[in-house]
Amino acid sequence: MGSTESLRSINYMKNRPKVLIAKVGLDGHDRGVKVVSRALEEAGCEVYYAGLHHTPEAVVDKAIELGVDLLGVSSLCGAHLTIFSAILKLLRQRGSKIRLFGGGIIPEADKKNLKKMGVEMVFGPGTPLKEIADFVRDTCKKKELTKVTTSK
Amino acid sequence: MEDEMKTQKGEEEVREERSTLSGIPLKAFYTPADIDSLDYLRDLGLPGHYPFTRGIHESMYPGRLWTMRLFSGFGTAAQTNKRFRFLLEEGETGLSVAFDMPTIMGYDSDHPRAKGEVGLCGVAIDSLEDMEILFQAIALDQLTASMTINAPASVLFAMYLVVAEKRGTPFDKLRGTIQNDILKEYIAQKSFIFPPRPSLRLVTDIITYSTRHVPKWNPISVSGYHIRESGATAVQELAFTLADGFTYVEAAIEAGQDVDEFGPRISFFFNSHCDFFEEIAKFRAARRIWAREMKGRYRAKRPESMWLRFHTQTAGCTLVAQQPENNIVRIAFQALQAVLGGTQSLHTNSMDETFALPSEKAATLALRTQQVIAYETGVANTVDPLAGSYLLESLTNRMEEEAYKYFREIEQRGGVLKCVEEGYFQEEITKSARRYQEALECKERIVVGLNKFEHPEEKTTIPTLKVDPSVEREQIQRLKSLKARRHNKKVQESLGALKKASQGKENIMPYVLECVRNYATLGEIIDVWREVFGQYREPAIY
Repeated sequence: MGSTESLRSINYMKNRPKVLIAKVGLDGHDRGVKVVSRALEEAGCEVYYAGLHHTPEAVVDKAIELGVDLLGVSSLCGAHLTIFSAILKLLRQRGSKIRLFGGGIIPEADKKNLKKMGVEMVFGPGTPLKEIADFVRDTCKKKELTKVTTSK
Repeated sequence: MEDEMKTQKGEEEVREERSTLSGIPLKAFYTPADIDSLDYLRDLGLPGHYPFTRGIHESMYPGRLWTMRLFSGFGTAAQTNKRFRFLLEEGETGLSVAFDMPTIMGYDSDHPRAKGEVGLCGVAIDSLEDMEILFQAIALDQLTASMTINAPASVLFAMYLVVAEKRGTPFDKLRGTIQNDILKEYIAQKSFIFPPRPSLRLVTDIITYSTRHVPKWNPISVSGYHIRESGATAVQELAFTLADGFTYVEAAIEAGQDVDEFGPRISFFFNSHCDFFEEIAKFRAARRIWAREMKGRYRAKRPESMWLRFHTQTAGCTLVAQQPENNIVRIAFQALQAVLGGTQSLHTNSMDETFALPSEKAATLALRTQQVIAYETGVANTVDPLAGSYLLESLTNRMEEEAYKYFREIEQRGGVLKCVEEGYFQEEITKSARRYQEALECKERIVVGLNKFEHPEEKTTIPTLKVDPSVEREQIQRLKSLKARRHNKKVQESLGALKKASQGKENIMPYVLECVRNYATLGEIIDVWREVFGQYREPAIY
């Protein structure tokens, strides 16, 4: 599988990235999230898959409770703008530093809007799994570095 | 040097080992020896004759073309009605309604869980009023209408019937399909509301009511489409779909129906994926297996009970976001496969669906694709034109054998319901989805523009459909106004009667119809069942 390289570098990291993956809203398309969850796990991440039909409140609670670095949300039925903005708002309200990323069927213009709103990354169909694993590793490395610099 | 030789040899080996998408090994060419066990009359027969491998009608397309039916719906009922009329004017020959997620999950547009989802991936239908608008100026007795709805199927079906009733169109003039296939929701599409067993009762009630009162209607469309989309192979799609079909037949027989009463009204829905010959073999094998089982196992006597009639949709999951215009070509081949496989009705996807719902232009192009196949290529002039091909007949046999292996496995595990509850299908499909993704990543499978012949710098610039965000507000306003206008006492009474019937064993359809006539909303009716049957949550496994 294409993610072996990421696997090596992730295993060298001090703390394994901790990721919560979830389906939020009413959409049930879960082929992608399941494949991504497994790939991130194989790449060395600590993965929690929350399953289907969650509310933004429920996933934010879960993410904070688990203390994850990243929250990944999939949306294929057009509700992405509402869902992602609700999650971002809740994360900010709770003073959380958890980064949000997403994937699914999302028009190009909306991808840009989501990034402006503060979604770290939006992956579309056909993204190689390695790219997602690399993103998770890089984001968590950056976070580790910020931790080190701020603690100095 | 040694390494280089190894690589070369490796590449040759890859080139030598060919297999279908389901992993059935393929030879470079086929001869009569590959089908020496084939008995023409026993295994193929003439078109329109048992076991119907070659098609369910003697004349097939030379007699009548397949129905060109585009799945569509977005925004309000009025907006979708406009798209329907546009497509009909462009030569579409049947309608197919796509509902939005709140409708599919049984929530009204004003429910907190519907927020941000109203009218986005389909049309929002809250009450009979919306259904009346949806079919405005469309004569219900002049065309077939298909509705992709499952957990709340009885409610949407009742709404359609009451629209006809109010217009004075007799039920026996109505033709169309309600998907009503709940098993594949647990297996793949995941739009379930209630637990499997009470859900199966709702399905059976619809089948019983419909065969008696709406005789030309298909009260179920046993669907492999979603199973395939969620990652299954062609073999798994074939086997799991037919196994679901057997389960519905057994449930209807158990409910006291005669197999020849409802058998002719069972319809199917398959995916047309990208492996050309395997897909055609799948459609032909499906017809043969169904006919043999309906006759042999369920003792059907009418040939119509043995017919596997099916709708086909080209495979959404094969569409590629990179170089999206290439999708037009993919869709054309997949549509051709469905036609060569003898489909009764066909939806062609639009090239832009990896980004959004189809734009009007993209949807027209999808329809034109079918029209080119029908009117220009000549493939519709002859029935089952590929019959007798050594490869195709051998693959058809092999698909059948592989399906029977799964039937035996399912039986050993205690049947379809048990397998659903224990997550067997879900796991099998997830494994296949992973394997497919791995094959793409290591380039064992090539997808043009995605993992070969890429243009990473190229920006996609196709225009996509944008649903007006005011739809949600508009729907909520209309619901409010409806609730103020309707006879609320009658609504409560009919909901009460429905609850009582649902707690017992009576057929629920007459009660649902009464609720709908009184303008009870979809959410109000589904809430009755949420209370009586409970809600289902699947275990999160990946």
